[in-house]
Amino acid sequence: MDPLSTLWETFFDWDSMREALPEMLTVGLPNTLILAVSAALLGSVLGMLLAVAGISRTRWLRWPARVYTDVFRGLPAAATILLIGVGLAPLGMRVWGPNPYPLGILALSLIAAAYIGEIFRAGIQSVEAAQLEGARALGFSWGEAMRLVIVPQGVRRVLPAWVNQLIALIKDSSLVYFLGLLASQRELFRIGQDYAANTGNQSALLLAGLFYLTLTVPLTHAVNGIDRRLRQGRTVAVHPDDDGGLAVAGESALPPETAARKEP
Amino acid sequence: MTESVSLTVRDVHLSFGANTVLRGADLDVARGGTACVIGPSGSGKSTLLRTINRLIEPDSGDVLLDGRSVLRDDPDALRQRVGMVFQQFNLFPHMTVLRNITLALRKLKKLSEEEAVQVARTQLDLVGLAAKADSRPAHLSGGQQQRVAIARALALQPQVMLFDEATSALDPELVKGVLGVMADLSAGGMTMVVVTHEMGFARSVADTVAFMDQGMVLEAGERPRSSRPPNIPGCAASSPRCSDPAVRSCRRSGGRSARAWRPAPGRTPAPGSPTPGWP
Repeated sequence: MDPLSTLWETFFDWDSMREALPEMLTVGLPNTLILAVSAALLGSVLGMLLAVAGISRTRWLRWPARVYTDVFRGLPAAATILLIGVGLAPLGMRVWGPNPYPLGILALSLIAAAYIGEIFRAGIQSVEAAQLEGARALGFSWGEAMRLVIVPQGVRRVLPAWVNQLIALIKDSSLVYFLGLLASQRELFRIGQDYAANTGNQSALLLAGLFYLTLTVPLTHAVNGIDRRLRQGRTVAVHPDDDGGLAVAGESALPPETAARKEP
Repeated sequence: MTESVSLTVRDVHLSFGANTVLRGADLDVARGGTACVIGPSGSGKSTLLRTINRLIEPDSGDVLLDGRSVLRDDPDALRQRVGMVFQQFNLFPHMTVLRNITLALRKLKKLSEEEAVQVARTQLDLVGLAAKADSRPAHLSGGQQQRVAIARALALQPQVMLFDEATSALDPELVKGVLGVMADLSAGGMTMVVVTHEMGFARSVADTVAFMDQGMVLEAGERPRSSRPPNIPGCAASSPRCSDPAVRSCRRSGGRSARAWRPAPGRTPAPGSPTPGWP
């Protein structure tokens, strides 16, 4: 049998895709977005806290941040999701009822935070110490200087790496199916998988893959565009002509009696 | 401008581990006076400057404004009273020139957006850069950036201004504009401490010239009134960057040259040549 025709029939069966499409759009896509967006927000906030704790001069902030990062970066995502989703299930049941989403989002956020924390830390530490000194010299506290001057610059420098992590997060959201989902809770991958299992044809999984691509590719390009705009906003070469006007302005700022004013 | 204050640095010591940077540095600046601090690289000039606004806390000694110690004050509040300008400008590259100036006004002085912008535009006007308000710092020349940095510090209405080699990173032709702004400020009665290698500026603007070496102020002379040369033991070891003829002749004569510290002739220069001896 022609191996290519097998591939074609198993993954590119348009009828199977058409069958799965409505449920992908109305159930899978919203659920994937709920998981990914919530975890991205929570993970980024936690990541920023980890980043700042990681560069703190206080050992009791720095150390836990390092241990946390090592653990959650080092465990397989599936293991973390099971650990939290199953391990905390009794607690989750009491607080949220039989919904695996809160714990799934929590687990995804905790994993993402470990990576995002390292990305933000690298960005923040790449900002010159002179920037902090400049801000402190104006009277800003350390916290204000970080918030207003250092962190905004640091985050801009690592936008592409941060987006990498958000893309990983969108894909990892599929792992929440480990926790057992009701029909209405299934996200893109799970729906694709169910159709594949029911029909013996994998095309629905490929369709799910296409959905992931429609989320991740535009995200990449959107952030790259923002990144390019921010860079162009600040690294244009100095126009040599400007200095002609400058010397004149400098001289006019200096009245002739300047040197004579020092009479006691 | 707010009322100027006198500044006293008394017996300041500072070590970083085994590295002793300041060994009892003293400095006196009268109200509205300008002190230039000169000396070789590594002599502790910049560190001394940073102990005045407490970017670095001294191990011992005292810093007084109008006779009152600042070491027990809130350092953040102190730094609004003591402005500082750096060698590398330290403007915030992700903000426009105007934002650089309004940031502290809005967040620290709690001015409204409109008030802050008004103050900022006034300051930019004073340094001749009103047209650059909406530019990013990277679009400005070094000299323009440094004048923005000065405007940014002045917008907070400080009582003292500290300049840490404010012109050392600039191309020679840009130095003049920045020194002009500084001389202006000095003329306006701002109490200033200027760490500099610009001997011409020190000669024509400073009330006091302090020579530092190895963490001490070896000699502080009132520049204009005395033509007596200060006895400067460290002068021979002075930085090779002090290429000024005054320092060279001072070095040749082992610090005893009478010519070296005589004020530049013509202290009241003709209009159009405001500061003789500047590069």
